[in-house]
Amino acid sequence: MSMAAGEAGGRLVRLAETDRAPLRFFLDGAERRALAGDTVLSAVLSVAPALRRSEFGLEARAGFCLMGACQDCWIWQEDGPRLRACSTPLAEGMRLLSDAPREWP
Amino acid sequence: MSEAAKPRVVVVGAGPAGIRAAEALVVGGLVPVVIDEGERAGGQIYRRPPPGFTRPPEALYGSETAKAIALHRSFDSLVGAGRLVHHSRSSVIAIADGRLQVIGDAGARWMSYDRLILATGAMDRVMPMPGWENAGVYGLGAMQIALKAQGAALGRSIVLAGSGPLLTLLAVQLLKAGGQVAAVLDTASMRQQLRGFSGLAARPLFALRGLMMRRSLGRLYHAGVRLDRIEADERGSAVVLWRDEAGRSQRTSCDAVGLGWHLRAETRLADLAGCDFAYDETWRQWLPQADAMGRAGRGVYLAGDGLRILGADGAEVAGRLAAAACLQDLGLPFADISSERRRLARLNRFARGIAEAFPWPAEAAAGLPDDTVVCRCEGVTAGELRKTVEFGGGEVNRVKSLGRVGMGRCQGRYCELAAAEIVANAAGHACAAAAGRLRGQAPVRPAPISTLIQDAATGG
Repeated sequence: MSMAAGEAGGRLVRLAETDRAPLRFFLDGAERRALAGDTVLSAVLSVAPALRRSEFGLEARAGFCLMGACQDCWIWQEDGPRLRACSTPLAEGMRLLSDAPREWP
Repeated sequence: MSEAAKPRVVVVGAGPAGIRAAEALVVGGLVPVVIDEGERAGGQIYRRPPPGFTRPPEALYGSETAKAIALHRSFDSLVGAGRLVHHSRSSVIAIADGRLQVIGDAGARWMSYDRLILATGAMDRVMPMPGWENAGVYGLGAMQIALKAQGAALGRSIVLAGSGPLLTLLAVQLLKAGGQVAAVLDTASMRQQLRGFSGLAARPLFALRGLMMRRSLGRLYHAGVRLDRIEADERGSAVVLWRDEAGRSQRTSCDAVGLGWHLRAETRLADLAGCDFAYDETWRQWLPQADAMGRAGRGVYLAGDGLRILGADGAEVAGRLAAAACLQDLGLPFADISSERRRLARLNRFARGIAEAFPWPAEAAAGLPDDTVVCRCEGVTAGELRKTVEFGGGEVNRVKSLGRVGMGRCQGRYCELAAAEIVANAAGHACAAAAGRLRGQAPVRPAPISTLIQDAATGG
């Protein structure tokens, strides 16, 4: 991977600090790779253009403030609870969903 | 004084204001409690990357490296020596009866205080534009955080738009780190920027550094721009449509947009703590009121950008002043602060110059097309907002109940200022102040219902 390139389909471009240990996570069931020290937001956006769908419009959302103030970056987990992606460190094996679980009313 | 008899002073926020306040309280003989949302102290401006990141501080903080290192070291050594109690990754979500409700990774709890210093900082001030709800549109501050704390750019080709010192600084930082900037669109005209010059002369070095950075951007930088809209597709390609100073239509392709017009103060906790507010014509926002030291009454002290938007240097001074006031009121020894007060006056002149040179384009709010999303949380448009004015009159709390602007998850932090301008314009008020001030509500951050149930079960 060249320094100023991101993964295909990802929004985020890693410009530095690329020598960190790899971490594995799952997005919509598919295994993905990120780096130790990534936030959930960085990890997901390094492989996808957005985090979730808007509940009130057609557009996708990918976070806005990155400092825990705007609440735009909530993302679903397979086991239910949502995370604020910008302020949650990625943990090995996290299972994330870009849309609400099916049983969600 | 025995440890147990010492008054408990709680500092909320561990940016430059909170750190300097806590440090001064320690010197005064107290063991302050510092509650901060960050993993490590530093705030947003001096934010530190997670452990394991290797860029040297110079790469993160540039000309401000020495200040960043001094603040981090001071705080870490006080924590290490047990001279203060640090609750990181913790948010104060409510204030009632001299107690704070704090949520963190371990759940919620109530914490009492004798005195409270709020150093809650600021966030990007944003003027909505058609299309800003799309994925890939961020605050300028967000883009700086991604770069500083994660070593990343939020797009391959980025348009930066808005006005204020951060616009130029971020462009330079992104380019230096190897990112691509497609255009830097400043809504302030050269004439407006010159008008603020006398204020900026209060800090000539700072102003000169800004000019040099601006010059290094060359043809990427455009002044006096009008922003029309952002178009984006599902895969992340975007185009910004704008007009140059001569009124000619321009298009810039990109895949991410950073927006920001300087800062707005984070004041929700000051509101819950019962502070008085006044509308500030220069900043066109409601700001909490305090004396020259930061005393806001009821045992509450305010410091930093959450009180007055003076930037990081001003925040350090204000943090020291607030702590001195607190110590003085408790009858404890405090440092001589007369030189600090003179410094604050100079920083205040400079900040007013900044506000004048890079103004918030309030008039753009009135001109937003009806289908522009104003509330990003719930997709409420400018047209829907204008309609509520007919039913509820031009008052923002009425507008909130009728149209939900300010009721979403951000609680109006990113739409409130533009919404007030739109409401004032639709109601025929001369100024946004006449539309009133949105009342703060607890919890000031969304809290998982489980933490509140747990709190109720344990009797809080």
